[in-house]
Amino acid sequence: MDDWGRFLQQLVNGLSQGSIYALIALGYTMVYGVLRFINFAHGDVFMVGAYAGLFLHRWLVPLLGVVPGFGGALLILAGSMAICAALGIVIEWLAYRPLRTRPRLIVLITAIGVSLLLEYSAQLIFGPNRQPFPDLVETRLVGGFGGLLVKNTQLIVLAVTLLLLGALSFIVLRTRLGMAMRALSFNPTAAALMGVNTDVVISFTFGLGSALAAAGGIFSSMLYPQVQPFMGVTVGLKAFVAAVLGGIGNIPGAALGGLIIGVVETMVVAYSEKIGISSGYRDAVAFVILILILLVKPSGLLGKTEREKV
Amino acid sequence: MKKAALFATAIFLAALTGCKRNDSGAAADKVVIGEFASLTGATASFGQSSHKGTQMAIDELNAGDGLLGKKVGLVTEDDQSKAGEAATVVRKMISRDKVIAVLGEVASSRSLEAAPICQQSKVPMISPSSTNPKVTEVGDYISRICFIDPFQGTVLAKFALSKGWKKAAVLTDVKQDYSVGLSQYFKEYFSKNGGTIVIEQNYSTDDTDFNAQLTSIKAAAPDVILASGYYTEAGLIAKQARQIGLSVPMLGGDGWDSPSLVQVAGAAMEGNFFSNHFSAEDQTPLIQDFIKRYKAKYNEEPDAMAALGYDSAMILADAIKRAGTTDSEKLRDAVASTKEYNGITGKITLDDKRNANKPAVILTIKDGKFKYVETVAP
Repeated sequence: MDDWGRFLQQLVNGLSQGSIYALIALGYTMVYGVLRFINFAHGDVFMVGAYAGLFLHRWLVPLLGVVPGFGGALLILAGSMAICAALGIVIEWLAYRPLRTRPRLIVLITAIGVSLLLEYSAQLIFGPNRQPFPDLVETRLVGGFGGLLVKNTQLIVLAVTLLLLGALSFIVLRTRLGMAMRALSFNPTAAALMGVNTDVVISFTFGLGSALAAAGGIFSSMLYPQVQPFMGVTVGLKAFVAAVLGGIGNIPGAALGGLIIGVVETMVVAYSEKIGISSGYRDAVAFVILILILLVKPSGLLGKTEREKV
Repeated sequence: MKKAALFATAIFLAALTGCKRNDSGAAADKVVIGEFASLTGATASFGQSSHKGTQMAIDELNAGDGLLGKKVGLVTEDDQSKAGEAATVVRKMISRDKVIAVLGEVASSRSLEAAPICQQSKVPMISPSSTNPKVTEVGDYISRICFIDPFQGTVLAKFALSKGWKKAAVLTDVKQDYSVGLSQYFKEYFSKNGGTIVIEQNYSTDDTDFNAQLTSIKAAAPDVILASGYYTEAGLIAKQARQIGLSVPMLGGDGWDSPSLVQVAGAAMEGNFFSNHFSAEDQTPLIQDFIKRYKAKYNEEPDAMAALGYDSAMILADAIKRAGTTDSEKLRDAVASTKEYNGITGKITLDDKRNANKPAVILTIKDGKFKYVETVAP
């Protein structure tokens, strides 16, 4: 395989990892858009999504009598997204809604509390050991030009992520609820005065973001077949970085930020010997990129500079 | 009203947990031993096994005559597999529970955190299965009952060379002292004795994506891959390697010893090898009897961590008996002078650096089970 082939292969590795970050980052950015706070429990919704997939698979296999193929995988994906959407709505309703009028710092700390609650509840219920995730789709190598060999699962993850992003942009740009979401993020008071039911829109935003995180959880478990109660911590943190990198509150920015972090991380590992950075520094890379970009463009890549209102 | 009820519940819960603590805490009529283990978190399987072994030893002691005419109490603290937590819990059990000795940990990084505290407080510490040489270098109160990584790395390198594998790729977990050490000793022996390290790659604990590293390793075309980290990542590494068509055998150290290694990787783990402290296939009556008792108690097969946990508690008990006291200095000397102790994991003699000289076994994974291949003497 020539150098280009290897580069393309690493690019696919990076993009498939990046799509998982992107899917989670969208939830951070949408919630920030409507409520102006960081939902730190979001990474753990990703974890719940993966566990939901695991258990749906366990229940579905005897029910359908076969190991699910592509259709079964879609069913599990949809089921897990629905479960997490409900979870996201419940979290907002129980933990954040009562604090809506309180200072944002209090909500932020509550979010950290919810995050810990989810992590340790998962540890209590599912046990501290890592569990294997079943193969939803049989992994095969797909050949291409230049000796390029990529896993079919990576391509599936990329394709379905693109589909989900398309669906999301349709919802946000073309539906009434999406319009209400944008109105709310533009000016909550004015939106409420214009008859937007803010509670419904906020619930919807949480549901939508959590469903995307669940999809990220399923994809992550497809590529790296292992689930554990704390799997959302690092991934969630990097997705948060991706959201800030793209400009927090900006939806295309979050997707772009996720892909950038996935690709750069992978490239650092792939070419660690050539650029002289040990591949063990992978996690640090995301944060270094963040610092560099924020130095040059404090509002993030696609973020708009908001003037401080006095 | 609601608040009052909540308050009452809180008090009740606090009282409840308080009582539970006192049960295992320091009491004059008990010899209290401390144990810290990763009962939860990334390497939970290590902590769970090690703790089960230790607990079994303590229960057997109490079923007998106890120690020095007293019952034996075990205070177990969970360090959640987290950096920093080991130091906290060990400090806690030394100062609050007044333990006379500390048993733990499996992971070298966490033993290295606790060792300076035990050394400072003059509490003898026995690590059942931390293999990084630095652990016992902390001071004379720290000992271990397993072999060390220079030996384990050599064993693995020798084994690879004897199989005719000349080109090795090394994949190291840079967050774990154990993995860094094992890789280093493997490389030293391997490259001095006719082998070549064709590529070195790193990752950090809790990484799940190894596609980038494995794509690079595949391009370097090695005969064998050393994955010197723990089972938590080794399973994923094997699976992802096989998925991209990288089918050369993989080698690992005792950090692979966990049932979840095969659960995660499935068929991808078949035909790989790792070095370990003991094999459950060993027909020695002592070992088979231990396996029978362990199965009766926990309804599962013991792994090496369980056997080492058991041995560590029994060696401590042996030292307390020989010292005839729990005085820390005398106990330290008694532990250090352990000789020819007939443990489950072999005859244990501590050398002048308080490391055990013991043979290692090489195991392979066949049909999802660990199969004995050979024993390598020190």
